[in-house]
Amino acid sequence: MRAGARIVAEADGRGGTRLAVLRGESPLLLRRTGPRTGGDVTVHLVGGAAGPLRGDDLRLDLEAGPGARLTVRSVAAQLALPGRPGAPASRLEIRAVVAAGATVRWLPEPLIAAAGCDHRAVTRVEVEAGGAVLWRDDLVCGRHDEPSGDVHTDLIIRYAGSTLHRHELAVGPRAPGWSGAAVLGGARAVGSLVLAGPDLPEAALLGGDAALMTLAGPGMLATAVGQDIRQVRAALDPLCVERQRLPAPA
Amino acid sequence: MSLATLLVLADGRLPSGGHAHSGGLEAAVAAGRVREVRDVGGFLRGRLQTTGFVSAAFAASACARTGAFMDLDRGLDARTPSPALRRASRAQGRALVRAGRAMWALPDVGREPHHPVALGVLAAAAGLGPLEAAVAAAHGAVSGPASAAVRLLGLDPYAVHSLLAGLAPEIDRIAADAAARADDPVDALPAAGAPLLDIGAELHATWEVRLFAS
Repeated sequence: MRAGARIVAEADGRGGTRLAVLRGESPLLLRRTGPRTGGDVTVHLVGGAAGPLRGDDLRLDLEAGPGARLTVRSVAAQLALPGRPGAPASRLEIRAVVAAGATVRWLPEPLIAAAGCDHRAVTRVEVEAGGAVLWRDDLVCGRHDEPSGDVHTDLIIRYAGSTLHRHELAVGPRAPGWSGAAVLGGARAVGSLVLAGPDLPEAALLGGDAALMTLAGPGMLATAVGQDIRQVRAALDPLCVERQRLPAPA
Repeated sequence: MSLATLLVLADGRLPSGGHAHSGGLEAAVAAGRVREVRDVGGFLRGRLQTTGFVSAAFAASACARTGAFMDLDRGLDARTPSPALRRASRAQGRALVRAGRAMWALPDVGREPHHPVALGVLAAAAGLGPLEAAVAAAHGAVSGPASAAVRLLGLDPYAVHSLLAGLAPEIDRIAADAAARADDPVDALPAAGAPLLDIGAELHATWEVRLFAS
């Protein structure tokens, strides 16, 4: 299945944000949700089909114009499944462009790597100077009591024209050593949260196997590893809530 | 290419301070994740595929284009979210440059480059190529933690060294892959991350007493 979706958020000139484009197709269906008051617009991804399955090629484009405030969530976890044997890896590519003074918060439910899946998630985020992002990705390695499928995530976040954070993570039978003590240590869940832009919090240890780290550029990364997703949420969710209360960057 | 020169560059006895770093193994031992030889094997394999692959690619790239050392250095910054690991990499890079200046005529590589960048520039100055730089980097990514495992856990050194021998074909494959990508744009170079190495390094940096610097 090939599908594309696109969200374009713009400042409405009255302190709010409007959606100039909100276009999706199954399985990337989009719904505007939440109150119509306040400066922030929330869009939910509503899975329109099972998957992604092997052979799927999905693309989501996000664009936030100057001063716009956009939050994207999903109603349910994304479950990567095996699909047709022999088909190419399923692929979800996300591209986001965030203008000066804009804020994009990407806060989806986890990606679950079901046994036998072969999935690649490619994310490219370009933030202009003065823009802000909060970019969350959680991954669960296998459903309950099953081995993990193969998932490869590939993330680049650029800020003000320079690469701020570049990260790949491979889990599953084709990734040697992924469950060894250097990578996930047998844990089944991992989450990451990148904060980029002004008004960053202080670095901190977050308890358990989790830390909020200051990047070399203007941003931070919180990483959490847990036996299940609850431990990841316990470490990362509070950072998403705190960030929500911050005023829009000037 | 001189094989003997490669051995000099990759020798653990090179006076560049490498013995002071455990490559995250000390933190993994303290967390109870590494207790016996089998756990060391899992640790080394994961480290080789992540940090080892990235180090090999940046060493190969720095060897192939020494003039691009600043871009490559920034590329490693973007791939190293843990401040403790950035400090450890730069400390080892600085020590390696000091040792390198005594051996070969080095081009400019900055005062405190990341370790893989320093390694690649040294390799070039020594007349080695990107593949040799990558082999030295990938080998160093596992040989340091392996010897730290023997010291920290009192493990059988024969058993631990047999892990290294078993990884040698993988080290060769990773180095060949890294060298093949030496001319790629910096953003396209490998970026395989290891979440527990990042988190462990941040925890380790808060300890008051530790045997290894990282």
